[in-house]
Amino acid sequence: MLTTEEIAQIEHEISLVPQKKAACIEALKVVQQHRGWVSDEDLKDTASMLGMSPEELDSVATFYNLIFRQPVGRHVILLCDSISCWVMGYEQIRDHLMQKLQIKYGETTPDGRFTLLPNVCLGTCDRAPALMIDDHLYENVTIEELDGILHHHR
Amino acid sequence: MERPLTKHIHPDREPLSLQEYERVGGYQAVRKALLELTPEAVVTLVKDSNLRGRGGAGFNTGLKWSFVPMGPDVPRPKYLVANADEMEPGTFKDRMLLEGNPHQLIEGMILASYAIGADISYVFLRWAYKKAAHGIIKAIQEAYAAGYLGQNILGTEFSLEMHLHTGVGRYMCGEETALLNALEGKRAMPRAKPPFPQVSGLYGKPTIVNNVETLCCLPHIVNHGAEWFKGLSRTQDAGTKIYGVSGKVKRPGAWELPMGVTIRELVEEYAGGMLDGYKFKGALPGGASTDFLVEQHLDTPMDYTSIAAAGSRMGTGTMIILDDQTCPVGFVHNLQHFFAQESCGFCTPCREGLPWVEKVLLSIDRGEGRPEDMNILDFHTKYLGPGNTFCALAPGAMEPLQSALKYFREDFERHIHDHQCPWK
Ligand SMILES: Cc1cc2nc3c(=O)[nH]c(=O)nc-3n(C[C@H](O)[C@H](O)[C@H](O)COP(=O)(O)O)c2cc1C
Ligand code: SF4
Ligand code: FES
Repeated sequence: MLTTEEIAQIEHEISLVPQKKAACIEALKVVQQHRGWVSDEDLKDTASMLGMSPEELDSVATFYNLIFRQPVGRHVILLCDSISCWVMGYEQIRDHLMQKLQIKYGETTPDGRFTLLPNVCLGTCDRAPALMIDDHLYENVTIEELDGILHHHR
Repeated sequence: MERPLTKHIHPDREPLSLQEYERVGGYQAVRKALLELTPEAVVTLVKDSNLRGRGGAGFNTGLKWSFVPMGPDVPRPKYLVANADEMEPGTFKDRMLLEGNPHQLIEGMILASYAIGADISYVFLRWAYKKAAHGIIKAIQEAYAAGYLGQNILGTEFSLEMHLHTGVGRYMCGEETALLNALEGKRAMPRAKPPFPQVSGLYGKPTIVNNVETLCCLPHIVNHGAEWFKGLSRTQDAGTKIYGVSGKVKRPGAWELPMGVTIRELVEEYAGGMLDGYKFKGALPGGASTDFLVEQHLDTPMDYTSIAAAGSRMGTGTMIILDDQTCPVGFVHNLQHFFAQESCGFCTPCREGLPWVEKVLLSIDRGEGRPEDMNILDFHTKYLGPGNTFCALAPGAMEPLQSALKYFREDFERHIHDHQCPWK
């Protein structure tokens, strides 16, 4: 069930747009902000607030890369796999992360700390390779720095 | 050298507050336009300045605005949207303007809104730009408090609301009609044109979508005039341009320079030349969806007209360098992986064709390619080209592929013949 806080935030988003449905991406963001991801049950509850069917809302939720329909860890690592980062050797960073965390793309560490995902160009191609952990952007990343970077996110 | 757009951007400092921005002449253009110029006069001024859209297509901005219905009886509200989605791989120019001077963007948006009679405006910002979001929220609040946004701006009849919308990640959100669907809470799929957004856009109302850099030019054009703006350029395409270089160069980065500096100047002078031990092999001049240019094109001016004449597109003006120690097949495979992933799936050639292209490139890269694979790639460049798909994503994807097949064909064939990647 959605909390009263979530419901209030979603209702606020609905009040800002001319049609209820137009708030659906914002509503999904509200849920994800509180819970880290959007479960089937949350999706159903959110859809009913928006006057949409769950299927209709899911078609929007699954279209976008950053609405998570599966549980994620406490921190989400988004590793840029686009062209400039590829030229500058992001694959080494990827391999190191996968080995160190013992997970593949889309997986979460057993302690629930990290989820690793590939991401398209982060718009900082002059400082490649780049990655984001939650809201933090890391640029010119080297393998030597990775352990220190991960350490910041408990 | 004049650098109007980046003069007040200092990467190591917080962006200018409203007061600081006003102290260096900020919001003077809004005063001038709202108090002295009619909307038609602003449209004419921008048309005359020959400002071409910096989002990639390079369409004359004033001309684009002139299709918006004007007068008392037109559908309302009208909308202006700043396209700050910037997801074209290899592109990092709008980030600089968004993080560096949000008030400049807001001032540009007010001017554009005034010119087309917009009532409501949005900044459509990509999710990843956290720092920019923070600065824009603050700047919008300051602009409301100072009376540059809201009801009856500067005591005139003109009123404007402004909101920030952050996307949830999909390259298609940058395509202007798909962006409007995303703003309406739908999947970011493109719409059929006509009707063009100028006539029927957001919620079916007249709408203009402009790129961030385009909008940031406007205060300067209004302040200094069309002739001044043209004079900033070295060539027939007006203004300055934010150029960027990434890849194996000594000093990758982005710089505001006169329109029409050459590729050679960008690579050798501004980016400091190639890293020691690396040679220039080619470049995508304006992001992932532009055709390769090679050594023979190094002295081409980076403007819309000259780059088109050389067989590519200026695109976003941020260049990605291919060096001699990077495999062109792997390079193009990386690009096609992106495009296949980001295809919205609406039309069959793009949805089915791009993954096929990606797979063929992967097998060639692994040394498992067959001679007939070259034909498969060739025909895709034709069947996914302009006119065969619903939007420009697939034709854009084919630009680096078709030009790689032209300039680096031997490298592809060597992979197939030798059953291995010569770079591995
Ligand atoms: C697949 C695709 C992605 C696009 N992404 C962007 C983008 O991120 N930013 C942008 O300004 N324009 C983007 N465009 C171009 C827009 O559709 C539109 O032409 C542009 O925002 C118009 O602004 P301008 O006239 O100021 O250049 C994209 C186009 C396509 C086909
Ligand atoms: S070309 Fe690709 S991205 Fe564009 S509408 Fe067709 S499937 Fe969607
Ligand atoms: S390609 Fe990685 S940040 Fe642009």
